[in-house]
Amino acid sequence: MWTFFHQLGSPKHFYRISGRLLPWLAGITALLMAAGLYGGLINAPPDYQQGESYRIIFIHVPSAWMSLFIYVIMAAAGAAGLIWRVKLADVVAAASAPIGASFTFLALVTGSLWGKPMWGTYWVWDARLTSELLLLFLYFGVIGLHAAIEDKRTASRAAAVLALVGVVNIPIIHFSVQWWSTLHQGPTVSKLDAPSIHLSMLVPLLIMALAFKLYYFTVLLMRARTEVLERERASAWVRELARGT
Amino acid sequence: MEALREFFNMGGYAFYVWSAYGVTFIVLVANVAVPFIRARELRARLARQARMERSS
Repeated sequence: MWTFFHQLGSPKHFYRISGRLLPWLAGITALLMAAGLYGGLINAPPDYQQGESYRIIFIHVPSAWMSLFIYVIMAAAGAAGLIWRVKLADVVAAASAPIGASFTFLALVTGSLWGKPMWGTYWVWDARLTSELLLLFLYFGVIGLHAAIEDKRTASRAAAVLALVGVVNIPIIHFSVQWWSTLHQGPTVSKLDAPSIHLSMLVPLLIMALAFKLYYFTVLLMRARTEVLERERASAWVRELARGT
Repeated sequence: MEALREFFNMGGYAFYVWSAYGVTFIVLVANVAVPFIRARELRARLARQARMERSS
């Protein structure tokens, strides 16, 4: 077990193992997404209050969850890179930023498109929406640092510090609907004792959430593999790979 | 046919629902396409360099 993780930490083995894993991950992601879309758009009944408009939930909520999940991974990987100088951790942190920014953007846009018919407005400056917008800017900050600083080690360090400071925002986003009065509806799923959502809606929602999570790992692997190849281009194993032997 | 039209109409919320799904589709596809293209370019560049080294 430990040798497996130790090998995974070496760029060469990471490249080999991830290459074998990638098609399976991509395939399962596609299947789950198809199942989630069928369950959410076709099988689930309309909501008794919101009619058909609530179907945005099946992409909005998983996107919002991913925006937080990826941020935590990015900050944790950044910390691991800072403390233990694991090369692969820096790669994971850097590759996560654009994917996390994408999901944050999607959470904001789909939420806005849901808010217009339900609340009568695309945007309000309330706690949930504002803190999620701040999350988007934190991602932009991390992406900007990686793009602006030439030396990759320095860039990773600066981005990791920013990401770690920004972690404060994560519980604020999560609890904002309970701490402040807001237009945003309260939690639907996380009240695990009694989720206020019917199974025919909950199941496709959870399938979509899982699909988005696997999608993230798929794209993360794709980006990380390229990054590893680029950083290790002078090493013997990449030269061997390039020669096609 | 009627059921299909009803499906795309989304109870009058067609614009909001399909815009949300459309934007999501575009962003998710772009996030796969960008690293895919970048990986292909990098592999081509590395192979080119390897050929140049061998011929020199």
